[in-house]
Amino acid sequence: MLLWSKRSRAIVLAVFTLVVLIVFIAPLATVVLAGFAGSWNGPLPSGLGFGRFGEALSGDNLASLSVSLQTAFIAGGLALILGTWAAIASREAPDWLRRITDAVFHLPIAVPSVAIGLGLLIAFNNRPLLLGGTRWIVILAHFVLVLAFAFSAVSAAMDRLNPAFRQAAESLGASPARVLTRVTLPLLLPALGAAAGLAVALSMGELGATVMVYPATWKTLPVTIFGLTDRGQAFQAAASTTVLLLVTLLALVLLGRIRGRAALR
Amino acid sequence: MTAVLDRPAPAPDTNTPRRAPLRIGPVLWALPPLIIVLVAAVYPLIRVCLESIKLRDGGLGLDTWTSVLGSQAFRSALWRTVAIAVTSTIGCLILGTFLAIVLAFVPFPGSTLVGRVIDTILSLPSFLITLAFTFLYGTAGAVNALISSITGAQTPLLNFLYTPAGVIAAEITFFTPFVIRPLLAAFSLLPRAQLDAAASLGASPLRILRSVIMPEAWPALMAGGSLVLLLTLNEFGIVLFTGAKGVMTLPVLIYTRGIVTFDLPGAAVIAAVQVVLSLALYITYRAIFARVTAGKTQEG
Repeated sequence: MLLWSKRSRAIVLAVFTLVVLIVFIAPLATVVLAGFAGSWNGPLPSGLGFGRFGEALSGDNLASLSVSLQTAFIAGGLALILGTWAAIASREAPDWLRRITDAVFHLPIAVPSVAIGLGLLIAFNNRPLLLGGTRWIVILAHFVLVLAFAFSAVSAAMDRLNPAFRQAAESLGASPARVLTRVTLPLLLPALGAAAGLAVALSMGELGATVMVYPATWKTLPVTIFGLTDRGQAFQAAASTTVLLLVTLLALVLLGRIRGRAALR
Repeated sequence: MTAVLDRPAPAPDTNTPRRAPLRIGPVLWALPPLIIVLVAAVYPLIRVCLESIKLRDGGLGLDTWTSVLGSQAFRSALWRTVAIAVTSTIGCLILGTFLAIVLAFVPFPGSTLVGRVIDTILSLPSFLITLAFTFLYGTAGAVNALISSITGAQTPLLNFLYTPAGVIAAEITFFTPFVIRPLLAAFSLLPRAQLDAAASLGASPLRILRSVIMPEAWPALMAGGSLVLLLTLNEFGIVLFTGAKGVMTLPVLIYTRGIVTFDLPGAAVIAAVQVVLSLALYITYRAIFARVTAGKTQEG
């Protein structure tokens, strides 16, 4: 609606298409293509095939994928529960407590994930809180980082929630527990699904904190991919990254489809 | 490990009936999650600060601080981190503004799909971009192969991947969506009649852009820009995958000090500096963002 002449519209759209293609589409397409490629010495890849995906879905790589999925679902699930709890509880809490909760829950987003990883490594390396060298320190790191996003997403959904439903239930004598399980949580369900999808996606791709804390027995897929590129196996890294992308997108789509019967206003 | 942070500032819900006698209940109910986060996130950061003043002989002191802050490696990493972050942010702002204006005001079939693709990038791992760039723009990459097959040149023409320019290009690709999102939100609040009125009075598209659209976009640009600055300062994956030979930023320096050479106090000093830097920026971002959302509710 900004450009009325056909020619200027066409020029702007052509530039836009070119920019989107070069900046966003080309990198995504390249990684997927490189995963299929046998070699890539000319302008186009050659020897396309599924061989590298067989490799990406076996042995060490498959183990890493499984580790990543377990970490993402455990950390994401715990973060979603705690984030939802905090978002709902801080609603009723006095103003000062709400402010503190908001600030503290957002802290992990603001500081670099490497610093969080370093902190966990130092803080949980002696008794009684000995987690270093176990899988739990990786899961804890993912939990901390994903928690901020879960809290943020659920709080935003709470802001959009119509308080009339809750008030009606309360005025009809429903107990707080009943209001929570029968009114608030069902209304929040779509937002919870979206938050869960985001949590799993972010955890699947996390690298900064993981690389600081992971033990050799609990290597997530991004760490393995970094190892592959570090050893010069860029094509195998591309295949594993493609698998990572597919699984991430699948989680986003599936968890984003959770709707329930009630919908947000 | 990045995604959307923008959420409206908490609006005080004035008509919530509060059970006055049970004031302690809500506090107790809100405390457990807060305590867990304090232990899992705040306590480790405090331990980082304590670790940074630990000396080798077991005492406390600022010796590690003075030696790290005085070292050439730290200074050049600090300078490079800030330079890369600022340049990337400017790039994201320019690119994001252009893309958002086209998406919002020059509608075309498939614009929702493009918006969806740009949104998806927000939840993907950032090292993906560096990996893609090695195949595309690396010295043995597709673009160089294309150029040399046309010109017949033997030496690769593009060789920027392992320089700060390569990191900046990757960061602009990855972080531009963070500018597009708030801009699209701001543009959607702009009444279409304003554009039509300006156009019917004879204003050229450039003039409409300058005096109708951009004034509305400044707060969103500020918010998006400070968020991108924060995220690029903290970016790790992109720089690590570059190989980090020529480009050493603060987060990568924390990693090499802490894990590769196992100098925890040294890494802790750098981490403490970075945390202070990031928190200062984050507070600025929150202030700007609160102002933007406050402005929105006043107008709406």
